Amino acid sequence: MIDARGVSCPEPLLMLKKAMAGKEAEYIELVDSRVAVENITRFAGHQGYAVSCTEIDDYYQLTISKK
Amino acid sequence: MDVKKNNIWLIVSGLVIGALAVLLVAFGNPANMGFCIACFIRDTAGSLGLHRAAAVQYVRPEIIGVVIGASAVALFRREFVPRGGSAPMTRFVLGFFVMIGCLMFLGCPLRMVLRLGGGDLNALVGLAGFIVGIGGGVFFLNRGYSLKRTYSLPKLEGALLPLATVALLLLLVAAPALLLFTEAGGGPGAAHAPLLLALAAGLLVGGLAQRVRLCMVGGIRDLILFREYKLLLAFAAVLVAALVGALLTGSFKLGFIEQPVAHNDGLWNFLGMLLVGLGAVLLGGCPLRQLVLAGEGQADSAVTVLGLLVGAAFAHNFALASSAAGPTVNGKIAVIIGFVVMVLIAVLNSRGEKSAA
Repeated sequence: MIDARGVSCPEPLLMLKKAMAGKEAEYIELVDSRVAVENITRFAGHQGYAVSCTEIDDYYQLTISKK
Repeated sequence: MDVKKNNIWLIVSGLVIGALAVLLVAFGNPANMGFCIACFIRDTAGSLGLHRAAAVQYVRPEIIGVVIGASAVALFRREFVPRGGSAPMTRFVLGFFVMIGCLMFLGCPLRMVLRLGGGDLNALVGLAGFIVGIGGGVFFLNRGYSLKRTYSLPKLEGALLPLATVALLLLLVAAPALLLFTEAGGGPGAAHAPLLLALAAGLLVGGLAQRVRLCMVGGIRDLILFREYKLLLAFAAVLVAALVGALLTGSFKLGFIEQPVAHNDGLWNFLGMLLVGLGAVLLGGCPLRQLVLAGEGQADSAVTVLGLLVGAAFAHNFALASSAAGPTVNGKIAVIIGFVVMVLIAVLNSRGEKSAA
């Protein structure tokens, strides 16, 4: 699980990019801005991953899984 | 939002912003300066008496408009979420030196693109420096550079900077006698579009920039970091609109010399924008983006804006800012100090990871 809550652009995406070097089938990332949700969804799409987003209290839980 | 729709929004927003800049120049703003966040914050600092450079004093309604426009759209989209606490003083210092870099070059990244559209090739030299500076920032990001987390803050904390801009607007409309203004013909500060037009343009730019997360540094940064080009679409669209506008209004002038509110010292145009590119990556966004984020209630960006404001005041109080005659010795020293300070900030905030790029 990647906790990117509170860190600012572009760090949430950078954290995911680094984790993705491990080529796992699924990642969970927590973010708290809609900008991060948009950027991650777009980037993950390019990498062949699908993203589903659940809003929990004041943050978002993103499930990023291999298509 | 799907990718294609988002791209169209970005392109349309870029075109509108570029076109508005041309419109503002046609209605009185200085040439190639329809919009310049750095210049306009500098003029505002002057109008408030924070510096006494008589040529550049005017409360620019565009700045006020950008902040309020961003606040309005953020409120409407439930994105007004006050946060802060991620190294505010560091951000102040970075904002300060980003302004020093901007005033060495004579423009923020947005004006750099507008100058390029107007045919000012000095901006191409600036762009080269800007790209190198962004590359430097990316180097530190890849080594784990971070200003750490932000925290949720009370609504008031996020509302104070937008409210301050409202107060500034009231001052401009109701009590202009308290402010300093460049006399007619006395410099760029005297050249301005009518208040309502400038304010409306600012509101539109702020709203659009909030909606599409426009950032003049983000495009090149994300291309290097993620091979992601979406923000570059807006960057290119601003350029196209400015170029077409300059051609249509007959103001297009290709070359290096005698460009409006610019100098042609290549080395220092390059280094000035290098400092801006580096600082903006360390801050997570260009001056325009900082204004928009401040409008969204980001207290750290509000502090950055104050850093820009104080940087502008220092730039004119200590003869750091360039003029059409070229850069000053003091300005060159300040830019070099800026590099030292930024690299120290970058190194001390990096975890020292191996580059992942």
